[in-house]
Amino acid sequence: MIEAQGLTKRYGPTVAVDALSFDVRPGSVTGFLGPNGSGKSTTMRLILGLDRPDAGQARVGGRRYRELRWPLREVGAMLEARAFHPGRSPRSHLAALAAGNAIPRARVDEVLDMAGLAGAARRRAGKFSLGMGQRLGVAAALLGDPAVLLLDEPVNGLDPEGVRWIRNLLKSLAAQGRTVLVSSHLISEMALTAERLVVIGRGRLLADTTVAELSAGSASLEDAFIRLTSEAVEYRGSKTPEATS
Amino acid sequence: MTTTAATRVRRVPGGRYGLAQAARMEWIKLRSLRSTWWTLAVTVAGTIAIGLGVGLSSRNASADVTNNALAGVVPGLLLTGVLGVLTMTSEYSCGSVRVTLAAIPRRPLLLAAKAAVFGAVTLVIGEAASFLAFLAAAATLRHGIAAPALSQPGVLRAVVLSGAAFCLIGLLGLGLGAIIRHSAAAVGVLVAGVYVAAMAIGVAAHSVAAYMPILILENSLSTTRPVTCGSSAASCPHFFSAWAELGVLGLYAVIALAAGGWLLARRDA
Repeated sequence: MIEAQGLTKRYGPTVAVDALSFDVRPGSVTGFLGPNGSGKSTTMRLILGLDRPDAGQARVGGRRYRELRWPLREVGAMLEARAFHPGRSPRSHLAALAAGNAIPRARVDEVLDMAGLAGAARRRAGKFSLGMGQRLGVAAALLGDPAVLLLDEPVNGLDPEGVRWIRNLLKSLAAQGRTVLVSSHLISEMALTAERLVVIGRGRLLADTTVAELSAGSASLEDAFIRLTSEAVEYRGSKTPEATS
Repeated sequence: MTTTAATRVRRVPGGRYGLAQAARMEWIKLRSLRSTWWTLAVTVAGTIAIGLGVGLSSRNASADVTNNALAGVVPGLLLTGVLGVLTMTSEYSCGSVRVTLAAIPRRPLLLAAKAAVFGAVTLVIGEAASFLAFLAAAATLRHGIAAPALSQPGVLRAVVLSGAAFCLIGLLGLGLGAIIRHSAAAVGVLVAGVYVAAMAIGVAAHSVAAYMPILILENSLSTTRPVTCGSSAASCPHFFSAWAELGVLGLYAVIALAAGGWLLARRDA
């Protein structure tokens, strides 16, 4: 269970997250959607206690993140791919994190295997492709076998096999009764993966709903999303090239 | 593929993560980077090499041979200082700081663990460099100069305190890294501040020389007897006892780490 209550975060004059409240419940994959710059990543950082909210608070399993006793055993997070030292091997990266939360060392090889990195466990992670970096990030999130998972854009840079792997992984984690919050701007992927959706725009909650509800009455989930966020898009390309006469 | 944990991760131990877990994490991180060992190896080798050079070239029997033998400590300190900076700032440049803080959210505890691990490693390496440089110089002295022995007054103290300086300058670098967060800027402050500016100020103004890190090392920590300069003793800068000067260096490291920890706990990661 993740609870955000009135979360507000300003960076200078910019309000990145604006009185945002929502709950993420266990047992289903919740997609976290919003246009570029809508505050998805900031919200995730606030949940993890990495950034300090100007108002409101976030709780994971009833506690603030900083109060968790063994954080990685309770919450697994991947905020960005390549959040590891380029000179360190995946095995050392994960072994260090495991030691930090007294997670048995054998679990490191287990998650490397799950992420398909067993063959690259001793290589320098700096040489990794974006997709392999994502796999390492997911492996780190799974390390503590946590009941709550937060993944920011996990399918970015993954090959089709990897995309399917993430989709099935997230679904099975949710089916085991875990809380899974996954952000994406790939609506078609979310339509396949998520059951519930939290949609934000300009840091505000636009919808806290299910995929079925949101897409009802629209041709596709994508159409429904674009209609919902049309007022809240900050960065937009010119609509269609003007015909030159 | 299955997602059930075969390893019993779910059997959550009692209590809470603490300094022991954070220190084990930091030790794995430090030792798993090849650059750590290269930097430390160059530190030791360079310090010894200068000691050897001093041994082979010394001709003045009345000089403080121990002090000269430890001349390589000054450039050596720069390396452990920079390594201290990078131990902190590399976490920011590669983004791993957010993963680290997700594992250990109590930030002052994290910095304390980093300081404990890095301090212990640089103390061991620093003492090794200092002792080996001294022994190398003592073994290679020629021109009828008697080799100093660790049993002579002040010699063991000079060697031990010079080795400890590696650790304290390294911790100062770690603290600066936590305060400044950017590698180039923090290394710049360490080199320009500790080496260039502090040395220049101390040389120009004798009244504050006793507070300038490198002058402390050269004129107090690594000496076996008070440094003389020219004919009149009055023109010499005054230094405190070697142990008091070690305390001054330690105070700098503590201040930098305390400020770094305070900022780390308050700033967004």
